[in-house]
Amino acid sequence: MNSKIKLICPAGNLPSLRAAVDQGADAVYIGFRNGSNARNFPGLNFDKASSAKAIEYAHQSGTNVYLALNTYPQPKQWAVSTNSIDIAAEQGFDAIIIADIGLLNYAHKHHPQMRLHLSVQGSATNYETIAFYREQFNIQRVVLPRTLSIAQIKRVVENTEVEVEVFGFGGLCVMLEGRCVLSSYVTGQSPNMNGVCSPAKAVRWEETGDGKNSRLNNVLIDHFAADDVVGYPTLCKGRFQVGGKPYYAIEEPSSLNTLEILPELVNIGIKAIKIEGRQRGVTYVKQVTRIFREAINRYYYSPGEFLLDDSWTECLNSYSEGQCQTFGAYHRSWQ
Amino acid sequence: MPDLWRLSPELAMKISLAPLQYFWSKQQVFDFYESLVNTSVDIVYLGETVCSKRRELSLPDWLEIARLLQDSGKEVVLSTMVLVEAESELMTMRKIIHNNEFIIEANDIAAINLLKKGQPFIIGQHINVYNRETLDFLVRSSAKRWCAPVELSHNTLLEIKNRHPWPIEVEVFSFGKLPLAYSARCFSARANNKCKDECELRCLDYPDGQLMRTLEGSDFLTINGIQLQSANHYNLLSSIKDLYELNISCMRISPQFKNTIEVINLFRQVIDQDANLVAAQKTITAYAGQGECNGYWFGDPGMHRHI
Repeated sequence: MNSKIKLICPAGNLPSLRAAVDQGADAVYIGFRNGSNARNFPGLNFDKASSAKAIEYAHQSGTNVYLALNTYPQPKQWAVSTNSIDIAAEQGFDAIIIADIGLLNYAHKHHPQMRLHLSVQGSATNYETIAFYREQFNIQRVVLPRTLSIAQIKRVVENTEVEVEVFGFGGLCVMLEGRCVLSSYVTGQSPNMNGVCSPAKAVRWEETGDGKNSRLNNVLIDHFAADDVVGYPTLCKGRFQVGGKPYYAIEEPSSLNTLEILPELVNIGIKAIKIEGRQRGVTYVKQVTRIFREAINRYYYSPGEFLLDDSWTECLNSYSEGQCQTFGAYHRSWQ
Repeated sequence: MPDLWRLSPELAMKISLAPLQYFWSKQQVFDFYESLVNTSVDIVYLGETVCSKRRELSLPDWLEIARLLQDSGKEVVLSTMVLVEAESELMTMRKIIHNNEFIIEANDIAAINLLKKGQPFIIGQHINVYNRETLDFLVRSSAKRWCAPVELSHNTLLEIKNRHPWPIEVEVFSFGKLPLAYSARCFSARANNKCKDECELRCLDYPDGQLMRTLEGSDFLTINGIQLQSANHYNLLSSIKDLYELNISCMRISPQFKNTIEVINLFRQVIDQDANLVAAQKTITAYAGQGECNGYWFGDPGMHRHI
């Protein structure tokens, strides 16, 4: 069944990569430890030696390995990024996920045989944008931002020859990826420039008389009562006041989960479904990969009778931010 | 201060007016742009870039304003949307790009893809150009001016320039609330307990957006439909000398409901050295609503303010 929707899983280190491969990922995406990708966190990612091991392990099982190279390098970071492309070509990565036009141009020119995917950070929300990247750099796949409804995604798929990949599970970015600088406005570091959003080094927890405050570079992001579930202060998921009314003014702490609409995604022609979370632990990668693999297999075994397993839902719930899940923009009512 | 700018008047920096970020009534929009006719603004960017549901003005209305401003000697640019999803949005974009009269500003790559071969365009601040290679690529695609992303600092621009002349004109966002993020979700509708499809165009009630404060009451962001802006005004008036020395062609001012002309005049006077910078800075603070910031220019968090 070559035409099955591909399951693309995250790995921040070798154990996670092995878990994803063992649980049936079709491809695993990883990043180098050099600030060239959107999960530039301390202790995470691969060096040249571990990426070689990753590729060897994955290829033994027929699993692909993609390199995420999705920051927008400023001049000082340029050589690191092009060097990463050269290493990826030399080590036999199966595709590179790129956002920056200059880097796409470099990869296309110097490694024309390399498969290029347009990163979600490339903000491609319509088929005209995708056509530009196809024509200029021969991209083979596009990862769509989490801003489109199912109907809009269908329209994109119908009007492009490029494979379309969407996010299926994990952290929910509320903003158009690649065009959000909220993080650098508050902390000086952003996904575009540094591969981080609301970085941990800017976080400060503060005990108050009645609970806890979370701050990001001193800006109050949320206040938790003593018995509240405390969440990481991603700045778009805090509580703020508009017109004197405190609420989650941007988005509740919640995660994306599309398992229930898997048949819809397959039917409109999505070629790959991506699990977010290179920063998550090995158990997360193992469990989420296992469940999505089972779900995809079950769907193709009997497409008309696809039903969710309660144990899947329960397990995925436990990995969701705020133990809360949403279809995000896929369903128009969220918008 | 030495008489730097008068030495080479052909290099004098221009002032541009960003596309209007807010939703105003048709009459307010016409009144606003008519009032610019006799000001010293050099370039005016026109059109709706935030939300396609804002339809007070049609394309012919915008073209009428464009001709009025062009006849008064301004360079006019038609700006295109930042977040383009629906087929109707692509159709509008095609009409704007093929208008045959005015140059366009691309705020999404779709706009660049729709250009006729060799058709000149302006690289809007939402096209991600963070290095020289990307800039050069777009210059080869007929870009005529580049408005840099707000995140880029003075030092980064210096590095991108890399001691060579700029290949095209460079523009820097210099005054107004910073556009920071765009979403599928409408935050104005959400703040008013509406969903996006039944938003009732509530953003029409907030001609400078709606203030978002932290739980302890500090001004933080501005809600403007699907866009989030800073609450504070970005202000590079005090850094004009940096921009001049970097050969920046153009300082961009974002329209606001009140005092836009006064802001334009102050920038003009400081550029032309007809005003004392300290006094001008003091005056402009009164036009900066919630407060000022300029951190991005210094490579710091954007919300910071260097004095």
